[in-house]
Amino acid sequence: MDKEAANWPTEIFNVLKARNIKQVCHVPDAGHDQLIRLCTAHNDMAVTTLTTEEEGVGILAGAWLGGQRGVLLMQSSGVGNTINALALPATCRMPFLTIVTMRGEWGEGNPWQIPMGQGAPGALEAMGVTLFRVNRAEDMTDTVNAAAGQAFNNQCAAAVLISQRVIGAKGFE
Amino acid sequence: MSSALERRGVVRALLAPRKPELLVVGGIGSSSWDIAAIADNPRDFCLVGGMGLAVPLGLGLAIARPNNRILVITGDGDMLMGMGALATVAQHQPQNLMMVVLDNERYGETGSQPTHTAGVTDLAAIAAGAGIPQTSTVRSESELSGMIRTIHEDEGPAFYVVKISGDMPETVLPSLDGAFVKDRFRASVLEN
Repeated sequence: MDKEAANWPTEIFNVLKARNIKQVCHVPDAGHDQLIRLCTAHNDMAVTTLTTEEEGVGILAGAWLGGQRGVLLMQSSGVGNTINALALPATCRMPFLTIVTMRGEWGEGNPWQIPMGQGAPGALEAMGVTLFRVNRAEDMTDTVNAAAGQAFNNQCAAAVLISQRVIGAKGFE
Repeated sequence: MSSALERRGVVRALLAPRKPELLVVGGIGSSSWDIAAIADNPRDFCLVGGMGLAVPLGLGLAIARPNNRILVITGDGDMLMGMGALATVAQHQPQNLMMVVLDNERYGETGSQPTHTAGVTDLAAIAAGAGIPQTSTVRSESELSGMIRTIHEDEGPAFYVVKISGDMPETVLPSLDGAFVKDRFRASVLEN
């Protein structure tokens, strides 16, 4: 991984700070590890580790009701856990922002990641979530910023899907 | 075990000492009907979907509003669907979050099929095991009085199971327009 590519978690963190994100919910993912550490070290963000991803949808709805912006960090397998919960921001016209690290799509080494990784974009779109894809690290800042603007300016749901091409394929070989 | 406590009377007593800083989250189904039956308060957010999300929503609100007291009122079905959230709450130990489960040991809205709490499952023990420091199961009027005092005056997080009878009072719907309820809630809470 070259130096520029390695900095993309910091770029996401800087966008989240600039967008006044106060609550960060996550089920940890290796692809999000550096970003989670940056958020945890930042005094102005409440970081919540979830037992399952749909909790994050509820927590962020509560955050918005209380005047705070948040983000849900998860991997593509977690998208499936959020589906019914996404009715909450949709029905209530609340902003919802998630940043998803994709698996099962770019030289994946674990066959168990394929079904939900391949299904995640369609599942999100079925629930009315607008997708913002990042296939190259140099597009990270602009894309995350656009997704945050889409969500918070329009009170709708937006997901950034970070390609496994950016993160690096994981395998057992 | 059956209980003599009746759900709407419990919620009426629970909300009677209400102060303006109290924000109420209602879980899907009868708990939301009970809250709506007491008053149409802009500082109530009653879920009519999103099963399993009442406690998470209360947690996000508690973090965002440290100077407000948050009361989640939900049912055993909703709580059983989102039990992991109790462990998530315990990580934060929010002093301003109070949780009450109205436990009629059944899925009241769908034909009164028994839930796990009709059998051997003990939600208060689960909450204690998750790391909620104050948990109790309430079965009598005197225990209810102590719970209500704690909820309005003491530090949380606290988690109570109130065993109620299976009586189904009249359905009183909150507004089903979630966007309206959300905007009204925010307008009321964020201006003060």
